[in-house]
Amino acid sequence: MSIFIDRDTPVIVQGITGKMARFHTADMIAYGTNVVGGVVPGKGGETVEGVPVFDTVEEAVEATGAEASLVFVPPPFAADSIMEAADAGIRYCVCITDGIPAQDMIRVKRYMYRYPKEKRMVLTGPNCAGTISPGKALLGIMPGHIYLQGNVGIIGRSGTLGYEAAAQLQERGIGVSTSVGIGGDPINGSSFLDILRQFEEDDDTHVICMIGEIGGPQEAEAAAYIRDNVTKPVVAYVAGLTAPKGRTMGHAGAIISAFGESASEKVEILNAAGVTVAENPAVIGETIARVMGKAA
Amino acid sequence: MDIHEYQAKEILTNFGVDVPPGALAYSPEQAAYRARELGGDRWVVKAQIHAGGRGKAGGVKVCDSDSEIQSTCEELFGRKMVTHQTGPEGKGVYRVYVEGAVPIEREIYLGFVLDRTSQRVMIVASAEGGMEIEEISAEKPDSIVRATVEPAVGLRDFQCRQIAFKLGIPPAQTQNMVRTLQGCYRAFREHDATMVEINPLVVTSDNRILALDAKMTFDDNALFRHPQISELRDKSQEDPRESRAADRGLSYVGLDGNIGCIVNGAGLAMATMDTIKLAGGEPANFLDIGGGATPERVAKAFRLVLSDSNVQAVLVNIFAGINRCDWVAEGVVQALKEVQVDVPVVVRLAGTNVEEGQKILANSGLPVIRASTLMEAAERSVGAWKNDITQTNRMRAVT
Repeated sequence: MSIFIDRDTPVIVQGITGKMARFHTADMIAYGTNVVGGVVPGKGGETVEGVPVFDTVEEAVEATGAEASLVFVPPPFAADSIMEAADAGIRYCVCITDGIPAQDMIRVKRYMYRYPKEKRMVLTGPNCAGTISPGKALLGIMPGHIYLQGNVGIIGRSGTLGYEAAAQLQERGIGVSTSVGIGGDPINGSSFLDILRQFEEDDDTHVICMIGEIGGPQEAEAAAYIRDNVTKPVVAYVAGLTAPKGRTMGHAGAIISAFGESASEKVEILNAAGVTVAENPAVIGETIARVMGKAA
Repeated sequence: MDIHEYQAKEILTNFGVDVPPGALAYSPEQAAYRARELGGDRWVVKAQIHAGGRGKAGGVKVCDSDSEIQSTCEELFGRKMVTHQTGPEGKGVYRVYVEGAVPIEREIYLGFVLDRTSQRVMIVASAEGGMEIEEISAEKPDSIVRATVEPAVGLRDFQCRQIAFKLGIPPAQTQNMVRTLQGCYRAFREHDATMVEINPLVVTSDNRILALDAKMTFDDNALFRHPQISELRDKSQEDPRESRAADRGLSYVGLDGNIGCIVNGAGLAMATMDTIKLAGGEPANFLDIGGGATPERVAKAFRLVLSDSNVQAVLVNIFAGINRCDWVAEGVVQALKEVQVDVPVVVRLAGTNVEEGQKILANSGLPVIRASTLMEAAERSVGAWKNDITQTNRMRAVT
């Protein structure tokens, strides 16, 4: 079992006619993802990479039975597209778009909560690299060939730093159950805690790797949850030890603005919760290997 | 994006928030003239910079005459003001705001922020105004009143009344306080702010509620729909390297080290900086070239990083997902041919189309130092920098 997506999960791509979306749709299909269609208002009836394009998500779901969606829609319209997916009955949505206004995301989250829990869509991102269950399906923009199939669950705010971790694992022959990007924005669909909960219940995941960074309360919330609820070993890395206070480091959410938001404070909080923290990004793979050796 | 106090006050006034009468001046003479226009016999002269802590730094002065205003302004204009928020280089004073002094009865702290825990807009208020919020939360945490705004219905009047009563606002002023809070919230929401801070909000002895100071910060991601806010950008308050980067769509933060970094992805950029430090070097900058890294963008990144004269080696670290190594390699080759690069360049590529990328670099005939892992890249750039210094020193010794 893997979390969120599987070999058979029918996937649609919102904004499929864009250059990047086309490139990655082809890549996902080549990886084996069950891409069944795309959505672009006004372009219904066209075909992209062999899959049909629909005008609305509702039509796409009706025609294809799509359960998951990948959003590539530009920032001014992305929030609306996520809400459209939630309304059409999409079960899992990944939003790649970087640059969505924070207040739009506040509205998206509020909108999603109008559905009862069993019908509520799960959103990861925005501003993330997506989700991959190696050997099964890729719903995002990550290079699939760096992930081996295995038992480490990865959760990260940064896309490329997540690749770095996967590549270090691959070098040691260690595989990944699922890797989930939660994105670098201050208001995101799912937090570390939301994904930790999924990994704790997933039989294929034996070790969890959390890749955090400066800014926001989500690493500290995750630490408290791990201390009280997670039985599997957790390895973490927090980027930004050299980042100055009060400056936005690329990601809209990567800014130290309150107590407990710096990398060193987060490392301390995670350590105190029993998490094994990799001291630098070059030893993430090594640290996981060590913990797995111990856990085995 | 930050704006000046006088600009924030103008915005808030449009939403029904009351402020003391005031006017902007670009010279000491103009400031004295503005004061005469405003009337009264006591004024407050305020340096307009994008930073808090002006009072303690001497940027806010009470004056009782035209001549006092003029002499105060002569000291302020052109000065680099250093406060606890500006950094050691300070921010230049090129505009001054002159305001009629008001009789203050009590001072209140009022802030609207994007709260990342509740993922909503949060109001933070305290009856202990005039102090920084950090000081209030350290020294008088019990005085802080909080309320979060339900996004579907917006800020409700009852929440505003609750805040007013908790702050001990006189009952006759409750409606006034509700209007002020609603005005701030509407300004926050309609202009996509990420922060509105009024410190202090004052109750005057003649029973008015006035915003004596005002600070607004806006969501950079939402500026596309607020052209009138974008126009308020004041480049004199920004680090010139960062302004140049922002104009080119690059995310750059200048630091004090000497190894320039060109990385894709914010997390990897921070991790690269951390690794350079670990390898015994100091990063000169944070730079995320973003997803769609075209050759032009990489060339721009090189020019930007090299515009920092402290840079003695450049580390390019690209792990490609949304962008492709062959594009990045082309960009590096193009940049090295166009831009005069006289420092060692270490390139590490991984991910999508990595073989093509490596081939482009190898066939370019350029003196690029290649690395395959993050640690190797950091070590080689630190090594190249140290080696370079030794060589330079040797050459200096010879000549």
